[in-house]
Amino acid sequence: MKTLGPIYLIAILIFLYTPILVMMAMGFNASPLYELPFHFSLQWYDALWDNSILLTAGLNSLVIAGITAVLATALGTMASVALSRRTFRGRSLLQLMLLPPIAIPWLITGTAMLIFFYWTGIGRGMHALLIGHVALAIPYVVLVVGTGFKTIRADLEEAAMSLGSTPVHAFFSVTLPLLYPSILGAALFAFAVSLDQFVISYFLATPGYTTLPVQIYSSIRKGFTPEINAISTVLLLGSMTIILIFARFAKPGDTSDKR
Amino acid sequence: MTNVKVNSVAKTYGTTPVLSDITTEFPEGSFTSLLGPSGSGKTTLLRIIAGFIKPDQGVITIGNNDVTGIPVWGRNIGMMFQSYALFPHMTIAQNVAFGLERRGIKGAAARKEVDRALEMVHLPGFADRMPKQLSGGQQQRVALARAMVIKPSVLLLDEPLSALDRRLRQEMQVELLRIQRESGLTTIFVTHDQEEALTLSDKVAILDKGRIVQIGEPETVYERPLTRFAAEFLGDSNFLTGTVENGAVRLADGTMVRTTGTLPSGGSNVTLAVRPEKMSIASGPTDGNSLTARITTVIYAGPVLSYLLETADGLPLKLFAQNRDGKVLSDGDTISLTWAAEHTVPVAD
Repeated sequence: MKTLGPIYLIAILIFLYTPILVMMAMGFNASPLYELPFHFSLQWYDALWDNSILLTAGLNSLVIAGITAVLATALGTMASVALSRRTFRGRSLLQLMLLPPIAIPWLITGTAMLIFFYWTGIGRGMHALLIGHVALAIPYVVLVVGTGFKTIRADLEEAAMSLGSTPVHAFFSVTLPLLYPSILGAALFAFAVSLDQFVISYFLATPGYTTLPVQIYSSIRKGFTPEINAISTVLLLGSMTIILIFARFAKPGDTSDKR
Repeated sequence: MTNVKVNSVAKTYGTTPVLSDITTEFPEGSFTSLLGPSGSGKTTLLRIIAGFIKPDQGVITIGNNDVTGIPVWGRNIGMMFQSYALFPHMTIAQNVAFGLERRGIKGAAARKEVDRALEMVHLPGFADRMPKQLSGGQQQRVALARAMVIKPSVLLLDEPLSALDRRLRQEMQVELLRIQRESGLTTIFVTHDQEEALTLSDKVAILDKGRIVQIGEPETVYERPLTRFAAEFLGDSNFLTGTVENGAVRLADGTMVRTTGTLPSGGSNVTLAVRPEKMSIASGPTDGNSLTARITTVIYAGPVLSYLLETADGLPLKLFAQNRDGKVLSDGDTISLTWAAEHTVPVAD
């Protein structure tokens, strides 16, 4: 069993990372048809630099993901404060209703949103994408921040209040600093949920305003070039860097100092 | 340094009354323990005095100020929590300075106060450590320093010692008492540990089902319990029931028991409480009260021997005796036990 564990883990990592590594490597291969032998070339990166459609879509994706992360984290954290620290009518129901959206297939959510946005006149485009992504990301934020809340004792805020803090001051001086790693993690989650999103984006994007996954999908339908590999590599390295920086500084899961 | 008054305070959660019409006073400089089983309302009363809970009715005054409408952050109280509640992301100095900062005291002046407070709890030189680097006892000292440094008008303690082990707890009790005496701060202490309540307090209030059953000096409450609950909750007690006859009490087996306490009128039923350590094993005829009982179990507890007894009627009794000669009596022996009339206390049921 002892030797089987590491082998199992290695197998998982191989299955996870080999396709990604192959994908990245092919971005540096000269052949447009992914042919071997491998000839190193940066031509696809050059081509990508000139491909304004892919670049614009990539930029759109980052902007949408960034705004989604900020909005969803702010709204979700506020919801989490209410759900964790206040008692009000319908709290349990609200808490329960947060979970199904995570399990509902995106295709269904996307269809529902498209119809709803069409009816209400919200329509499609950047604003619709933002509304959709924020709505989609909030349950994740509430879950992650809510878990963070569970590790912070309520009597810390009470201690602050007994020393003269108003509830607002107690929250900002005691709870928020302790919650900071969870909030950062939640923001990252929201960012990833948005960046990853294809189905809903596909429904809500307009020909003039698309996100990268949607654009990649339409490019693939027209024909496959290693430019896709190039932009995927850029995106992948970008998001991995963010995650590693986060893991290094925020130490998610380290709750030892929160009594 | 001020007194605290609670005037007809009541609190109900849903349909469950937690506190019903409490009126009491905590005199200036006194150390009062609120003692009671869980659910008795002792913590609720403390939290109402602190300002965390709004009472449904009644008035709280600290000093001569009606604070009923003032929230906790405006009341200038010092509070200690069961879990220490130190802020984990701040150093010890920042923790202690937290309340000073809220009062506009910063920089060198704050530093001086913090150092003095840490010295008071015997933790000088701990200023720059983080709470998690300290032991439980040390954290509790910091919590005490943090509560005291703001010069509160009242010190409220919510079972602050219950998370510590026995030795540390005794050490902290001494410390707490010293600091309370030196500061002369009116202190209200919630505990379920009766020994702690007796050792620390000037006054003990026994709570049951949202009411103060009895409040008084520890000695009075222990020696002259007013109710069966008070006698049972604070220490051990034997209970004898009978009817009043000629200024004494006739038990079911016909034994007459005398008491110096006030008895109801003749013919009525009454319960008498007798502390197990007030009873002794009689070697000859006595002029006190006496009963004959059979030993069911002798418990050897070092300095004290506990005898579990049973009378011929099947009434269980307890007797605590100093361990002078070791275990000379054994299970099944029949003994005659005796106690004084002044140790026989009529209690309400």
